[in-house]
Amino acid sequence: MSAAPEHAPTMAQATLADRIGPYMPVLLVPLLALAGFLAIMNPASWLTLTVSGLAMGMMIFIMASGLTLVFGLMDVINFGHGAFVSVGAFVGITVLMALGQMTAAPSLLLNLGAVLLAVIGAILATGAMGWAFEKVIVAPVYGHHLKQILVTMGGLIVVEQLIIVLWGPEEIYFNRPEALKGAVTFAGAAIEKYRLVAVAVGLAVFAAMRWVLRRTKIGLIVRAGVENGEMVEALGYRLKLVFVGVFIAGSALAGLGGVMWALYQEVITAHMGNHAMILIFIVVIIGGLGSVEGCFIGALLVGLLQNYIAFIEPKAALISNIALMVTILMWRPMGMIPVVKAK
Amino acid sequence: MIRSLLSGDMPRSLPLALILGGILACLALAPFLFPGVRTVDTAARICIFIVLVASYDLLLGYGGIVSFAHTMFFGIGAYGVALTSIHLGRGFDAIAIGALAGAGFAAALALLIGLFSLRVRAIFFAMITLAVASAVAVLVSQLSGLTGGEDGLTFKTPRELGPAFKFGKETFGGVLFGVKLNGKLLAYYFVFIGALVLFLTLLRVVNSPFGRVLQAIRENDFRAESIGYRVVYYRVAATCLSASVAALAGSLYAVWLRYVGPDTVLSMELMIDILLMVVIGGMGTLYGAIIGATLFVLAQNYLQNLMGAASELVQDLPLLPELLSADRWLLWLGVLFILSVYFFPTGVVGRLREKR
Repeated sequence: MSAAPEHAPTMAQATLADRIGPYMPVLLVPLLALAGFLAIMNPASWLTLTVSGLAMGMMIFIMASGLTLVFGLMDVINFGHGAFVSVGAFVGITVLMALGQMTAAPSLLLNLGAVLLAVIGAILATGAMGWAFEKVIVAPVYGHHLKQILVTMGGLIVVEQLIIVLWGPEEIYFNRPEALKGAVTFAGAAIEKYRLVAVAVGLAVFAAMRWVLRRTKIGLIVRAGVENGEMVEALGYRLKLVFVGVFIAGSALAGLGGVMWALYQEVITAHMGNHAMILIFIVVIIGGLGSVEGCFIGALLVGLLQNYIAFIEPKAALISNIALMVTILMWRPMGMIPVVKAK
Repeated sequence: MIRSLLSGDMPRSLPLALILGGILACLALAPFLFPGVRTVDTAARICIFIVLVASYDLLLGYGGIVSFAHTMFFGIGAYGVALTSIHLGRGFDAIAIGALAGAGFAAALALLIGLFSLRVRAIFFAMITLAVASAVAVLVSQLSGLTGGEDGLTFKTPRELGPAFKFGKETFGGVLFGVKLNGKLLAYYFVFIGALVLFLTLLRVVNSPFGRVLQAIRENDFRAESIGYRVVYYRVAATCLSASVAALAGSLYAVWLRYVGPDTVLSMELMIDILLMVVIGGMGTLYGAIIGATLFVLAQNYLQNLMGAASELVQDLPLLPELLSADRWLLWLGVLFILSVYFFPTGVVGRLREKR
C-alpha cells in the first residue's frame, strides 16, 4: 500500500492582471485623462477639455441611466428614450423662457430658482409621458424584442413630429441664465461655469442613484429584479409595478438630462433626442446593458475622448466614439461591467 | 416555369396573386401605360424600393434582426456608382465596377459590424448599426472633397441611358405606341430588369435551405443552435447578403437619378420609410416588399397632396391644420407604423393569405 501522495497545496498569488481586472473599468477614466494630458501637453487646455469632457459625460450619464436600468430590469429596449430627452428640453426651455425676467436678472437666487422650476417642469412632463409611453407603447409588447424596437422607434417618430406640431419646425435659440454664463479662471484655464454645474449635478444624480440602489429596500428589489426577476416575483413582490416606477424615473432623468443638454448647447431642435440617442446607445453598450456604474464610466469615457479628439484632430471626433465602442467590445464583449443574469 | 422562377414560393392566395400580377404588369409596361416624366419616375422608384425592402426583409422578416444601417448600405452602392462614373468616365464598365465595388464594400462592412455585435446579442446589432449609420452619414457630409458633402454628386451615365439618345428611327420611326424611343426608356428598363433579377435572386435565397435555417433561428435561436446550426454564421451571412443587395439597389437608384446626395440615399427618414414598407407589406414574406413598396411610394407621391388639401379645408380650426399639413406626413406614418406592428404584424400579405 503506497502512501498517500504528499499533499502540498500551493496558494498561487493571483497575477497582477487578475487583481486589477475588476477595477479596470474604473481605472480607465484616469488613464484616459492621463493619455489626454500626454497628447495635449498643455495643462491649461487639458484642464478646460477635461472639465468639458466630464460635463458632457455627466449629462450623457443622466440621459442614459434610465435606459440601462429599464433594460436590466425588464429586458425592454426602448428606442424611444430620445423622445424624453427632446420633450424634457422643450418643456424645460419653454418654462425658462416664460420666466425671462427671472433668468435675465443678475441675482443668483432668482436664476437658480428659474432653472429649478424649468427642471421640475421638465421632470413632471417627461415622468407623466413615461407613464403613458409605458402603458400605451411598451406594455403590449413585453418579451418581444423585435416588436419593442419597432414600436418604440415608431413612438419616437410620433413624439418628434408632435413636438414640431406644438413648437414649430425651427430651431429655438435662447440664452442661459445670467448666473450660468461666463467662465471662471483656474490655474490659467478658462472653465465655463455651466460645465462645473453640470459636473456637480451629474455627480449628485449618480450618488443619489447609488444610494437608492444600494441602501434602500426598493433599490434592493430593483437590483434583485435585474439579476433574477422570476425569483423576486416568486417572493411576492409585484415587479411589474416596480418596473413602471423605474420607467417613470428613467424618463424623468432623461428629461432632466434633456434640459441640461439644452442649456449646454443653447439651442433646441425636435431631433436633438434622436442625436443624443446615438451617444446614449454607445454609452449603454460599452458600460454593459443593465449596469448603472458601467453606464457612468462609459459616459465619462465617451465625453472625455470626444473632447480630447475634437481638440487634437477635429475630423476624427465622430469616429472616435465608434472606435472606443469597438475596442471595448473586443475587450469585453458584454460591456465593461456585464450584468450577471441568473436566467 | 413560373414555379421555378418563383423558387416554389407561390402567392398562395388568389387576390394576392392578382395584385402581384397587376403590379408586375404595370411596372413592366409603365412607360407605355402611364407616359409622363413623373409617373415613370414613380415606377422606377417602386422597382428600386421593392429590391431594397426585400433585402431588408431578408434581415428583419427572415432573420429576425433589426438593422438601422440599411440606408448606409444603400448609400454605399449609390456612391460607388457615382464615384466610378466620375473618376473612370461615363460607361457601363464604370457602372459595373462601381456597383460591384459598392456591394463588396457593403458586405465587408456588414461582416465587421456583424462579427463584433451579433456574437453577443442580436439586440446589440440594432443599437450599433444606428450609431455606425449616423456616424457614416455625418462623415459623408463632412468629407466634401470626396463625396460632394451636403450637395452630393451629379454624374453622367452612359449616353445610351440618357434622354438625348434616340433609337429605332428606321423600323418604328422613333415612336412606339406614342412613346418616344429614347435613352430614358432604356434606363427605365435597365432599372426594371435589374430589380427583377435581384428580387428573384432574393426569392431563391429565402426559399433555399439557408433561408429555412434563418427562419428557424428567428423562431428560436437557442433550439437552432442545439440542432447544430452555427447561429452567428447564419446571422452574419444574412447581414452581408442583405447589405450587398441593398448596395446593388443603391447602384440602380444612382443610375436612375444620375445624382447621389446624403438626403436622398443616406437619411434617417429613408430608413424609417423602409421599416414602414416592410411592416405594412408584411414581414417574413418577400411579396410583402412588393406590396409595401408600391403602396408606400404611391402614397408618398399622391397622398401628401391630399393631406395638404385636407389641411386647407380645416384651416379655421385650431391645431388641426398643423396636424394635417403635408409636412407632418411622418407623424401619421408613425401612428400607422405602431398600429400595424400591434394589429397586423403579418401585414397585407399575411392578411390576404389567411383568407384563403
